[in-house]
Amino acid sequence: MLSCSGVSIRYQVGDFKNIGLKEWVMRRLTGRYKVVEFWADRDVTFSLESGDMLGIIGANGAGKSTLLKAVAGIMEPTKGKIVRRGKIAALLELASGFDGELTVRENTYLRGALLGYTRAFMDDAYGSIVDFAELRDFEDRPFKQLSSGMKSRLAFSIASLIKPEILILDEVLSVGDGAFRRKSEAKMREIISGGATTILVTHSMGQVREMCSKVLWLDKGRQIAFSDDVPGVCAAYEAYLKNTSVPPSFP
Amino acid sequence: MTETLSRYRFLFEELVKRDFKKKYKRTVLGMGWSMLMPLLTLLVMKLVFGQFFGRNIDHFTTYIFCGNVIFCWFSESSGLGMRSLFGNAAIFSKVNVPKYLFLLSGSVQTLINFLLTMLVFLFFCWLDDVTFTWRFVMLAYPVATMLVFNIGIGLVLSALYVFFRDMDYIWGVATQLLMYGSAIFYSVDGMSPKAQMVFACNPVYRHIAYFREVVLGGAVPDLETHLTLACFALVALAVGAFMYKHYNTRFLYYV
Repeated sequence: MLSCSGVSIRYQVGDFKNIGLKEWVMRRLTGRYKVVEFWADRDVTFSLESGDMLGIIGANGAGKSTLLKAVAGIMEPTKGKIVRRGKIAALLELASGFDGELTVRENTYLRGALLGYTRAFMDDAYGSIVDFAELRDFEDRPFKQLSSGMKSRLAFSIASLIKPEILILDEVLSVGDGAFRRKSEAKMREIISGGATTILVTHSMGQVREMCSKVLWLDKGRQIAFSDDVPGVCAAYEAYLKNTSVPPSFP
Repeated sequence: MTETLSRYRFLFEELVKRDFKKKYKRTVLGMGWSMLMPLLTLLVMKLVFGQFFGRNIDHFTTYIFCGNVIFCWFSESSGLGMRSLFGNAAIFSKVNVPKYLFLLSGSVQTLINFLLTMLVFLFFCWLDDVTFTWRFVMLAYPVATMLVFNIGIGLVLSALYVFFRDMDYIWGVATQLLMYGSAIFYSVDGMSPKAQMVFACNPVYRHIAYFREVVLGGAVPDLETHLTLACFALVALAVGAFMYKHYNTRFLYYV
């Protein structure tokens, strides 16, 4: 369904951002223009079959989100190859990308359109989306008046209707307060059990142990492990976090 | 491109709606305000320059209005277009959608604005005792090429704006220069051939001149003019499309 072979992604950072044309020309002329490049991911290789659920673990800055962006097609890998078969949906940092000026209703339609739903589908689903997010009373409020919890609830409710063959989740399982979290986790499980190939990025080892059939451990862009021995890798990762020692090497 | 457009039609419609709502929803004057803009400039120019240039130019009000209606469209469209990509960074860094949709959505808005201003323009022509002929239909041609030209320039500017955030100041100055260099309130007749050559290379001026020839001259410009206008439009569009294609996955680094 999905395979990454030798995927490396080079990121550009440094002075080039926000400098403006005048400054750029000056720096080019004086030879002080420097682009710092670093490899967010280096030689990552894994493959997933239909129904697999992959958990990606690793400390901050391990290259997890960058890898997801490449898998989703938002970025292109600098080296290596990603082969995807089937419709892909990436739910990355859900609560951002809404428009504060628009109402809940307008934002819901816009988000639905962004996720590739049709208008007919949205007309049908709109009621259940708002009910699931528990935002009936807020339908015509400008979005900026909503609390951040409400925003993520709405984001989740829209996104959870998606029926992709490959589903990418970045920290979206933990949404809202206690009651909503239980509801959203149940919904998520329902989607996953529907046979989609799922990639999940999370810091919760509990979720990985409980749900994932495979696990990928990244550390500063390097691939430490890709294995279906989920408990083994999780245990090693937790031990590594506790001792902050050098990550062990896996076969 | 038509295939992706039909696939993304729902998204495109929602983007157009969003842009409209954001622009007009919470203002009392709404769309009237953006139509007022060309009218106010028209009034100022008529008062200020009427004494200087008005004496030698027939139908001076209509003469300026031809320039104004085109120039205001261009300046609004390029200004709005420039911010269209960067303003939607939160979306395109999370979802893989065709990035030119943001620009096209803004273009729809400015086009509608322009067409409404055109109605006012025709009304003013009538007030100014301009003779209406069947040739007015030909105005659709410069409108079409100008639309494509505006989209092309919008693509180029919006890509540049992602890389260089000071583009809006630079473009502001450039627009100002272009305004004075487009013979909106004066005539190029009697200028040296060299100067006229320079004006001939200015796409905005060429569109204005087309308008004037039809509206005030009652004639349709020659074939060469038609080809030139098409050329301007296609070159701008090609450059813009190339930039979007080339930098498609690299815009991300700059936002």
